[in-house]
Amino acid sequence: MSNFFSSSIGKKIIMSITGLFLILFLLLHLSINLLLIFSAEAFNTASHFMATNPVLKVMQYVLAAGFIIHITWASLLTLQNQAARPIKYNTNSPARNSTWSSRNMFILGSLIFIFLVIHLSDFFYVMKFGDMAGKSDYELVTSTFKIWYYALIYIVGFVFLGLHLSHSFHSAFQTIGLNNKIWMKRLKVIGTIYLFIVCIGFAIIPLYFLIPELF
Amino acid sequence: MKLKLKIWRQKNRNSKGKFEIYDLDNVSEEMTFLEMLDYLNSKLILEDKEPVAFDSDCREGICGMCGLYINGRTHGPEKEVTTCQLSMKAFKDRSTITVEPWRSKAFPVIKDLVVDRTSFDQLIQAGGYISADTGAAPEANSIIIKKETVDRAFDAGICIGCGACVATCKNASAMLFVGSKVTQLALLPQGKAEATIRAISMVAKMDELGFGNCTNTGACEAECPKGISISNIAKLNREYLYAKIQD
Repeated sequence: MSNFFSSSIGKKIIMSITGLFLILFLLLHLSINLLLIFSAEAFNTASHFMATNPVLKVMQYVLAAGFIIHITWASLLTLQNQAARPIKYNTNSPARNSTWSSRNMFILGSLIFIFLVIHLSDFFYVMKFGDMAGKSDYELVTSTFKIWYYALIYIVGFVFLGLHLSHSFHSAFQTIGLNNKIWMKRLKVIGTIYLFIVCIGFAIIPLYFLIPELF
Repeated sequence: MKLKLKIWRQKNRNSKGKFEIYDLDNVSEEMTFLEMLDYLNSKLILEDKEPVAFDSDCREGICGMCGLYINGRTHGPEKEVTTCQLSMKAFKDRSTITVEPWRSKAFPVIKDLVVDRTSFDQLIQAGGYISADTGAAPEANSIIIKKETVDRAFDAGICIGCGACVATCKNASAMLFVGSKVTQLALLPQGKAEATIRAISMVAKMDELGFGNCTNTGACEAECPKGISISNIAKLNREYLYAKIQD
């Protein structure tokens, strides 16, 4: 396996594996978040379990590593790719041969990163290290979503996430070598279903708490 | 047809280069794009001006020599057509056509619209062949290969090495070119024996030559004049991973 991780394909496989790991994590995150709509107690219990279970405590570090590796390698690949075409075209029509999101994964990823920093400082940091001021996890999250601009930040964040995911799912499988005429079509369909479940699922939650505040 | 041509002019590898504008009258719709450029050059020669340098050879769409970036697309606006086979019917009268050379660090411009594609030769030299002495053509049925396998190998082997995949890729990646060669040879019994070393050597050479990394946009497949599928890139990824595990 010498030089595997420094080769162009090795670097792409790292992006693919970490990406698929983050895709799985999003499903777990969504299923816990949806508890917010159904029961405060269930959400608080799940949140407490996530923060205290020893296996999940270790997984927090694995997750952080997943994010860091995905972002670092993306930056590295983007810099190399920029260098591969030092003189740009004067006239270019890339929209004729590829999707906007597939060409702008790094920009979308950077916007998601900004969202991630806001998100972590809003909830993760406060829950783990900050002063909860007697609030439960449920109260902290729902009181934030009742503020319209916070809810808007989250919904816009999910739009960026959706665009990023629209090129992620099938692309990750293409990179690890899973592409043939039948399976690529299936993977694109599964990826699209996943994208809508995740983005609509996440976006419903702030809307659920914000809309009653507006009327 | 009356056309305004905006063409990249560059004296040599080291000069800066710039766009020149040419007005060209009486262009026939029956001409191919290269015949239109021939017509422009014949006028430039009569005017005692330097003709526009561009690559071409067979003019039948099979040699891979021609290749221009026309109005922001490799080989122009038509699907699965090389520049030499591109008809002037694809353009509107009184329109402006921008013509640029392939842009990539691995394809430096030599003169005007001509780029140096030695890097593709170097990729092939790194392993895009079989080292057995083949001798005369053997009897066709002496090695039995499944029809589906032959078709898949042919679909990959149809690559003409024009470089449109690199030129259109936003990362100037050569993955489709390498993928098609690795796939073609890995599928056939004659090439299987060296599949592992081939995948490793060709990828190492590709990285060394300064091509970008593939981000699966699919632009190469959409613009390839031979319609080669990016499933060949997935096959290359599989071959490479398998080779590295064995390495």
